[in-house]
Amino acid sequence: MLRRATTRILSHRRHCSTAEALKVTAADDLFMAAWKRTMPNLDPPKTPLSFLQPRPSTASAASIPSKMTINLVSSCSSGLSNKQAHMVIVPATTGQMGILPGHVASISELKPGLLSIYEGNEVTKYFISSGFAFVHSNSVADIIAAEAVPIEQVDPSSVQKGLAEFTQKLSTASTDLEKAEAQIGLDVLSALNSSLSG
Amino acid sequence: MASNAAVPFWRAAGMTYITYSNLCANLVRQCLKEPHRSEALNREKVHFSISKWAKGKPEKPKSPVLHYYS
Repeated sequence: MLRRATTRILSHRRHCSTAEALKVTAADDLFMAAWKRTMPNLDPPKTPLSFLQPRPSTASAASIPSKMTINLVSSCSSGLSNKQAHMVIVPATTGQMGILPGHVASISELKPGLLSIYEGNEVTKYFISSGFAFVHSNSVADIIAAEAVPIEQVDPSSVQKGLAEFTQKLSTASTDLEKAEAQIGLDVLSALNSSLSG
Repeated sequence: MASNAAVPFWRAAGMTYITYSNLCANLVRQCLKEPHRSEALNREKVHFSISKWAKGKPEKPKSPVLHYYS
């Protein structure tokens, strides 16, 4: 009983810190109230909402922040999380699209191509296999990709070999599906090729 | 409403977006430099075995299949 009491005191101290208090939202309050009513002696579990990091508000059209916040997520890892940058160029299906702070909110489908993030004088480049870019009105850009690899990890000789292989496949393709696959291969590899050199 | 924009060539050939996206991702993985390439290809390996059913009973199951591109 004494052990339970000490853990309750410690956890209460943790919950009452100002940082934690700011994160708890109305939905969490309802849950906490219901929990305390039914099980007052047990510590409430952490809800998913308490793990959520608050995003800058989408409200004001007046203030355009000086930098964008970029989140790059791929199927296996979160490549970048809340990275600040001046500009980002994404390979949209409609062409290379530059996104600056204050960009209108939009959703674009991405084609295989190079993603460049400009921060001051440095450029970070990733090759995106395909995905989507969401720009929100608070200058937060979420880029999700099936594969996002830093351009340094790409091997030029494999790219050349693949290009030759798929050019040959395209000429020998018979069914629509084979032609489509060969064409996709060519698109991806030529995008890789130009990203390596460009 | 305006008519749909021209469909991408892969959809016209009967491929879905997921298949297209997976194909592109696989091509990119195969063009990586060595330690990253084997890590990426291993990460995406899927193990499955298929068993066909006939007359309410499973036939003898085939041996498990390793498939890179899921």
